[in-house]
Amino acid sequence: MIDKTSLWTVIVLLGLGSFGLRFVFTGLIGNRPLPIWLLRHLRYTAVAVLPGLVAPLVVWPAATGGALDAPRLIAALVTLVTGYFLKNVILAIVLGALTLYGGLALWD
Amino acid sequence: MQRQTTNSCYWQGVRDGAPFILVIVPFALLFGVVATEAGLNVLETLSFSVLVIAGAAQFTALQLLSDGAPTAIALISALAVNLRMAMYSASLTPYIGGASLRQRALAAYFTVDQSYACAIVKFERNPDWSIPQRLAYFFGVVTPICPLWYLFTLVGAVIGTSIPDGLALDFALPITFLAMIAPMLRTPAHLAAAFVSITLALLLASLPYNLGLLVAGVAGMMTGAQLEVTLERRTAEQMP
Repeated sequence: MIDKTSLWTVIVLLGLGSFGLRFVFTGLIGNRPLPIWLLRHLRYTAVAVLPGLVAPLVVWPAATGGALDAPRLIAALVTLVTGYFLKNVILAIVLGALTLYGGLALWD
Repeated sequence: MQRQTTNSCYWQGVRDGAPFILVIVPFALLFGVVATEAGLNVLETLSFSVLVIAGAAQFTALQLLSDGAPTAIALISALAVNLRMAMYSASLTPYIGGASLRQRALAAYFTVDQSYACAIVKFERNPDWSIPQRLAYFFGVVTPICPLWYLFTLVGAVIGTSIPDGLALDFALPITFLAMIAPMLRTPAHLAAAFVSITLALLLASLPYNLGLLVAGVAGMMTGAQLEVTLERRTAEQMP
């Protein structure tokens, strides 16, 4: 059983801390100009953070206990290739999901 | 192109956020169930989702508290998982830094992986958008996502059942994010940044506190920025 004081401490401080992290730049810098070199780095935030966030989930899916899973891997590749060449997010999601369900049906 | 109204920007946001319902609902349900099983009551569980509003960090904190880790360790670990939010904040600053303090605070509260990912794509593609248009879009994306995050945390806590594993909704998150990331890869610099990030994230996956992702993210950003400079220089040299 989790101690109630400990729990509420974590809930409240984690809430405040997370807000702080989300607010630190938008809030404190506002519309003051940022240096060119920093802006150049920030342009790559999305393509640098999101793939790193997803890669372990694709290679070691929690649902299989972390074992590489062919239907999931193939579905991920289909989604990526569709999104890359057709630039259509919804189509990529749909084809990825169909591949996943097709793959799971075939493999099981 | 016709000038878009703030209203139409909002609805574009709602549309772009909608696919993430598939991610949010099972994830929120699962959190509600797991938190209840760990002994949290409904108020505690819901407070977690409303105050923290970050799935991965919430699971981290809950897991560590259940394992009997010290309060400070649970807190620091979960905050570390959320450090990427500071990178999102920095990345959004050039676009919404000029908004009022209240609006920036509200946007900060709602900065989650999904709202950031949608917004940054749209803002880059529409550099002529005004700040109100950008904010309208951002809050549009959040509309189908965050209320459902609260609601289904509550449902999970009250009903105590998750979505069956057979639906494989665990993979909704990777698929929706991959579908968003792929069209962002427009230049060799983008591709290199993503490649470095993926490689490092996998190699460093065993690092504690989600630090592998931070290293991978920073290295990816440096790679992209450096390659951009190199390629620009080369193009400039080829000019007569």
